[in-house]
Amino acid sequence: MKSFTYERPGTPAEAAAAVARTPDAKFIAGGTNLLDLMKLQIETPTHLVDVNGLGLDRIEATAEGGLRIGALVRNTDLAADPRVRKDYGVLSRALLAGASGQLRNKATTAGNLLQRTRCPYFYDTAQACNKRQPGSGCAALDGVSRQLAVIGGSEACIATHPGDMAVAMRVLDATVETVDAKGTERKIAIADFHRLPGDKPEVDTTLRPGELITAVTLPKPLGGKQVYRKVRDRASYAFALVSVAAVVQPDGSGRVAFGGVAHKPWRSEEAEAALARGAKPVTDRAFSGAKPTHENAFKLKLAERTLNAALTQARA
Amino acid sequence: MKFDTPAGRNPIDRLKVVGRPTDRVEGHLKVTGTAPYAYEWHDPRASLAYGVIVGAGIAKGRVSALHLDEAKAAPGVVAVVTHENAGPLGKGAFYVQRFLADPKVDHYHQAVAAVVAETFEQARAAAALVRVDYVSEAGRFDLAAQWDTAPVPPESASGGPPESVVGDFEGAFAAAPVRLDETYTTPDQAHAMMEPHATIASWDGDRLTCHTSIQQMNWGVRDLALTLGIPKNRIRLLSPYIGGGFGGKGTVQADLALAAVAARLVGRPVKVALQRTQMFNATIHRPATIQRIRIGATRDGRITAIGHDSLNGNLPGGRTEPTTASTKPFYAGANRWTRLRLATLDLAEGNAMRAPGEAPGLMALEIAMDEMAERLGMDPVAFRVLNDTQVDPMQGGIPFSTRPFVECLRTGAKRFGWDRRASRPATLRDGRWLVGMGMAGAIRAAKIATSGARVRLDGRGVVTVEVDMTDIGTGSYTIVAQTAAEMMGVGLDRVVARLGDSDFPETPGSGGQQGGPSVTAGVYAACLKLREAVAQRLGFNSDDVAFADGMVRSGNRAVPLGQAAQAGDLVAEDTIEFGDLSKRFAQQTFGAHFAEVGVDADTGEIRVRRMLAVCAAGRIINPKAARSQVIGGMTMGIGAALMERMDVDKRRGFFVNHDLAGYEVPVHADIPHLDAVFVDEVDPTMSPMKAKGVGELGLCGVAPAVANAVYNATGVRVRDYPVTLDKLLDRMPDAA
Repeated sequence: MKSFTYERPGTPAEAAAAVARTPDAKFIAGGTNLLDLMKLQIETPTHLVDVNGLGLDRIEATAEGGLRIGALVRNTDLAADPRVRKDYGVLSRALLAGASGQLRNKATTAGNLLQRTRCPYFYDTAQACNKRQPGSGCAALDGVSRQLAVIGGSEACIATHPGDMAVAMRVLDATVETVDAKGTERKIAIADFHRLPGDKPEVDTTLRPGELITAVTLPKPLGGKQVYRKVRDRASYAFALVSVAAVVQPDGSGRVAFGGVAHKPWRSEEAEAALARGAKPVTDRAFSGAKPTHENAFKLKLAERTLNAALTQARA
Repeated sequence: MKFDTPAGRNPIDRLKVVGRPTDRVEGHLKVTGTAPYAYEWHDPRASLAYGVIVGAGIAKGRVSALHLDEAKAAPGVVAVVTHENAGPLGKGAFYVQRFLADPKVDHYHQAVAAVVAETFEQARAAAALVRVDYVSEAGRFDLAAQWDTAPVPPESASGGPPESVVGDFEGAFAAAPVRLDETYTTPDQAHAMMEPHATIASWDGDRLTCHTSIQQMNWGVRDLALTLGIPKNRIRLLSPYIGGGFGGKGTVQADLALAAVAARLVGRPVKVALQRTQMFNATIHRPATIQRIRIGATRDGRITAIGHDSLNGNLPGGRTEPTTASTKPFYAGANRWTRLRLATLDLAEGNAMRAPGEAPGLMALEIAMDEMAERLGMDPVAFRVLNDTQVDPMQGGIPFSTRPFVECLRTGAKRFGWDRRASRPATLRDGRWLVGMGMAGAIRAAKIATSGARVRLDGRGVVTVEVDMTDIGTGSYTIVAQTAAEMMGVGLDRVVARLGDSDFPETPGSGGQQGGPSVTAGVYAACLKLREAVAQRLGFNSDDVAFADGMVRSGNRAVPLGQAAQAGDLVAEDTIEFGDLSKRFAQQTFGAHFAEVGVDADTGEIRVRRMLAVCAAGRIINPKAARSQVIGGMTMGIGAALMERMDVDKRRGFFVNHDLAGYEVPVHADIPHLDAVFVDEVDPTMSPMKAKGVGELGLCGVAPAVANAVYNATGVRVRDYPVTLDKLLDRMPDAA
């Protein structure tokens, strides 16, 4: 870990300003991902702006009938919130499928959106990784790739977004609220929040430098049966090989997003229009143009079968 | 004491303390965090410095330039150890790995430098400033590519002959009416113990003392002496508490070698722990294997031919994984052939991990037996019972000392409800789960070796035992104390067991499941001597003295034990040595594992629902600790079956998933109720304790039992471990 300076600002705008004016500064909230990466010198911030004291830790009803989740609401608290459990079950289930109890106690809503990939080459500083060191190449392309992306990748990067929460938020059409150094607020649709790697895999999201997430809002409840199915080799404490967030209405229509398959939560509104006809028509469409490696081609079949499992569960 | 005839009745047979489920005598220290592990010793008077190792970023080649100026100038840095200032470094006698690139690099993450600083954080920050230029060379990283060409290695001292032949295997196999010829693979596995390799080394003149984490103290001293080029008697190692090892801490690793070198260089004590991310490529692991198994049988299921051809890879000079060890003695069959071959690989060294040989060997053999039973239309238990043998078919037909394998099979089948298994695969369903049962046999050599002990009686009647044995979480402290308590006729509260100091009498340490039986036999021998000394001091005729309830009795005279030491402590020391009983009898431990799994009909996710192990390992000294050993082995075996695999990057030559997020071992949610029971037996050919080790037996056969259950659930036979869902999906029945 490199030495760094530290401050605890009083307001979101001050926090944004502190990061904007300091080169190589970063926000820190739960630190469950950032501190690990700093110990490995994958992240080397010179200045940490601690946002834990900003009070962004409440879950409130919105005028539109939805929920506004403060950026610092811990994963444990969000998953256990009665309104979330009642109206946004897919989100509660996705949160509980992630990490461990101890990590969820620390991890925050905003921090979870910003967790970095778990590609093993990203984690090994002796290896080429365009995300960690732009221009160095991608060792994963011809390396060990069982866990990595099957769609939306590029010649520069086939990393996945590792999270579960964001997959549920994608299916719920959440909105990310931010503030910048000047105090200007912005709303970013979750669909536009995470990027595909393209030729800039070092950039995970569309946040601007210094821009601070203040909240995530959920639109009014969708109803339906809400399912989150996460598939992995061991029963807990592992990242998804494939996950499915689904909201299925009584008439068989609904929405579906996939985790563990791309650089961002993967959802195709066009594909999910076929949901009433079963899993295969949806996954055929959603994964058209997929470019799996020989090690992770199984994820395509797994996605179809996991969606099938989710639909069976929703219709039970 | 020489042990060369089977044991008769002796004081251990009273079973007042031995043989009873006993809490760990050091348990409270561990659960309260007050048992100091190697990295945690803290002497406030010592001017301690911290070392952090920099590992090579290439697999093979050499260091062409070291750029150390930035690191040396970093805050707190005391020194940077490299091959340029470390002095000559030898190799140990067991591992072939070299502890420092010199400048030749043999494998990924081999130490290139160790940065020593005033604090750990300073050392770690400066380690990241060390820049190294390399010249890479092409390496060999693909085991399968060498299947056709890899040679039979020369006979090794540890592994026995690489090839063995009985009868005419090829002829009998060709003539057999029912045949199986399949190839199985097991992956590279990591020990993944909780406590990393860690050492604090300090020199006092030319004498070196190290707090470290090593399973075999005598090997540690020997190998450190060879590494540093100093006499053994100048080295003292201390490993009283060890946070797991599984064979990964057999002897000296880079932490110990480089802490000793760094401490010598800077003239201060130095602490070094391997970072978790370094442990996978910088130390040893269980090497991957490819195993071809052929079995021929008559139509009624009698094996007539059994052949096992096995390949693993290693650094030049490295060890052959003796996977055929279990195939040789396990099942009957007049015509047998086994062969080990060894490829050269430029990956980290493959070496001992819990049940080396048997664990991966049975992963292959016991699937083959399941496949063969199916081809014969026989129940897998009945097939094994039919092919039981009471003599070792490979060793000229010598008898097994004990072999209650059939009892393990039958007891297990009954307790588990094996008769409810559907003989046709993929026919049992429980909601979304396809349900199946599988079983496998287990066999693991029961080794025993020369072992010493010192016992001391003080005036309070307290017996203190000193042995260089280690406790790697197995319960060694407790069985040592139980043995002394039984022998001296006192309660456990009157016994102190002191372990893990290389100045104490030599034992084989923790390895090869020989530690428990050996060390307790050594304690037995020393206690016999102490009993004689006590009797003599108290004026008893030593042939006719009873030690019980803290008293020494003969005729109608009874004296408190402590009285014998009123004039000063009584000390006795002895070493037990073993004659040729291990040549007259085939000494093995046996078991049978039964597993029930569920496989998600859609996703192929595999979850173990319940397991049972029935084990036979002679006298069980502490049934509570032994049960823990076996269920720990079962947990590890579930990992081997379903998830554990170091992923080899065959282009760049390293294990990619080198942390505990990428290298998955079972978590609590993976482990259902596990049941382990023991056959009631003693083995008088082993030692006066009549006991065998159990720590490795508990792992043997677990993974194939699970793999066979997956087959029974799905009808999909996977021969490449781990059995993961991607290997099932294409062949699974369509989800209903």
